[in-house]
Amino acid sequence: MRGLFLASACVCILAVGTISAFLFANGLPFFAKYSAWDFITGTEWAPLRNVFGILPMIVGSFYVTFGALLLGAPIGILTAILMARFASKPVVKVMKPAVALLAGIPSVVYGFFGLMLLVPFVRKAFGGTGKSVLVASVLLAIMILPTIIQTSEAAINAVPGSYYEGSLALGATHESSVFRSVVPAARPGIISGIVLGLGRAIGETMAIIMVAGNNPRMPFDILKGVRTLTVNVLMEMGYAADVHRESLIATGVVLFIIVMAINFLFSFINRRRVLQ
Amino acid sequence: MSQAPYIDTSVPTRAGRHWGSRILKALCWLAGIITMGSLLLIVLFICINGIPHLKPSLFAIKYTTRNVSMFHAIINTLTMTGLALLFSVPVGVMGGIYLAEYAKPGSRLVKIIRVTAETLAGIPSIVYALFGMLAFVVTLRIGISILSGALTLAIMTLPLILRQTEESLLAVPMSYREGSFGLGAGKLRTTIRIVLPVAMPGILAAVLLSIGRISGETAALIYTSGTATRIAGLMESGRTLSVHLYQLQQEGRFIDEAFAVAVILLVIVVLMNALSSLIAKKLTRKG
Repeated sequence: MRGLFLASACVCILAVGTISAFLFANGLPFFAKYSAWDFITGTEWAPLRNVFGILPMIVGSFYVTFGALLLGAPIGILTAILMARFASKPVVKVMKPAVALLAGIPSVVYGFFGLMLLVPFVRKAFGGTGKSVLVASVLLAIMILPTIIQTSEAAINAVPGSYYEGSLALGATHESSVFRSVVPAARPGIISGIVLGLGRAIGETMAIIMVAGNNPRMPFDILKGVRTLTVNVLMEMGYAADVHRESLIATGVVLFIIVMAINFLFSFINRRRVLQ
Repeated sequence: MSQAPYIDTSVPTRAGRHWGSRILKALCWLAGIITMGSLLLIVLFICINGIPHLKPSLFAIKYTTRNVSMFHAIINTLTMTGLALLFSVPVGVMGGIYLAEYAKPGSRLVKIIRVTAETLAGIPSIVYALFGMLAFVVTLRIGISILSGALTLAIMTLPLILRQTEESLLAVPMSYREGSFGLGAGKLRTTIRIVLPVAMPGILAAVLLSIGRISGETAALIYTSGTATRIAGLMESGRTLSVHLYQLQQEGRFIDEAFAVAVILLVIVVLMNALSSLIAKKLTRKG
């Protein structure tokens, strides 16, 4: 039985190995036909003419993710502080399951909500189609809130009580004790929550594909459409063939590498936190 | 976390109170209201637009373009969930048992398993979609089918079940094991008859969360289990509820029906979350 337990535990290693192997084996041949440099720095995506430049999608993914963090991180951190240090017990009792529910809502439902409510709202308010960087960022911000809140709250609650008490004893108010001594002590945990949210935002597909317009051009205007790496794969995989298909798998490889880098950053931050 | 007493050490007159502190506190409440407001807005918007359209014809056995029934999608979601869990629960639980009960803590292998489980949990669903398509549909020639989709989702849910099992097992007090050993039971018997039952609620909570995740997954399924509108067998293509919702909004003609599907998806997630936290609460009361 011990062997069987060991084998089961090793399935994780096997799975990561197989996933990497399949992705790279199917994605790398593309770079024999198309220069990797042109692929990553090309600003034009025209599969019909065999032009594959994914820079607009790379920039698009980071643009949308950055917008989501800009909105989601402050709201998430402040909500976590509220739950950990300001709100009364009954309020926290309501908020905790609410945040868990926010984490559980399927991304396709988020996307549908964005498409039916946020997109028409932006269309009426600012003109254009409404499918835009703005809506995608707002939607992603809501989606990453639970990740940031749960991680930050745990980090704040893990700060020893003496930090807070010491600050009070020096004459600080409750608020400034929380913000000046408790929250800074929880900073590594809060940052790792933000990195986790970043990973989730950059990998999101369904919610973005429904609200972002998906135009494969360099995104500058916040009210115009954008296409991310994830959307590029999902949109065109259905009918792509030959080199086009390989280019999509290569897009997946680029996304995979970006997510791996973020994961590495996350475990690096965590390791430093443990050392401290 | 109990709230610390509010001690105002500032000047006793009202006007002299710390305005900075008040603003910070107000900002926290504002953020909390935005968070709760977003959730309320989403749930209410979906329910108000969806519940009036939950007609009996939406649950007709046979799908036609006239009734746009979601019955087939519900059955496919059940098959998909059952099949994916059939793969991921045994592997995840046994792996968790190894990590918690057998492995030397801090050994190199355990570290590698932890890192790879974390990696699996972080891989985006669109990458799983590519992998599932390349590995199961094309290379293993299973074709676009429920089985291909379930295998893909099994790998996706594995890290959650593995980690939760390990944590639940580690939370069981050492005295349980020592008592069992003292009565002459072996390692395996102790683990399965004594330790595992105590950890069961934690494992069950992970399974319920996985059910919620599987029923909500879309991106990983479109190219592995496909979008056919029928009650699918294992080797046939069939869409789950969330894929059904995506397809309906894309066709654009059945928005009311799409809202109704979204309501059903929300109900599933709320139900799974509630059950899971109920079980977790029971667990903490016992401990």
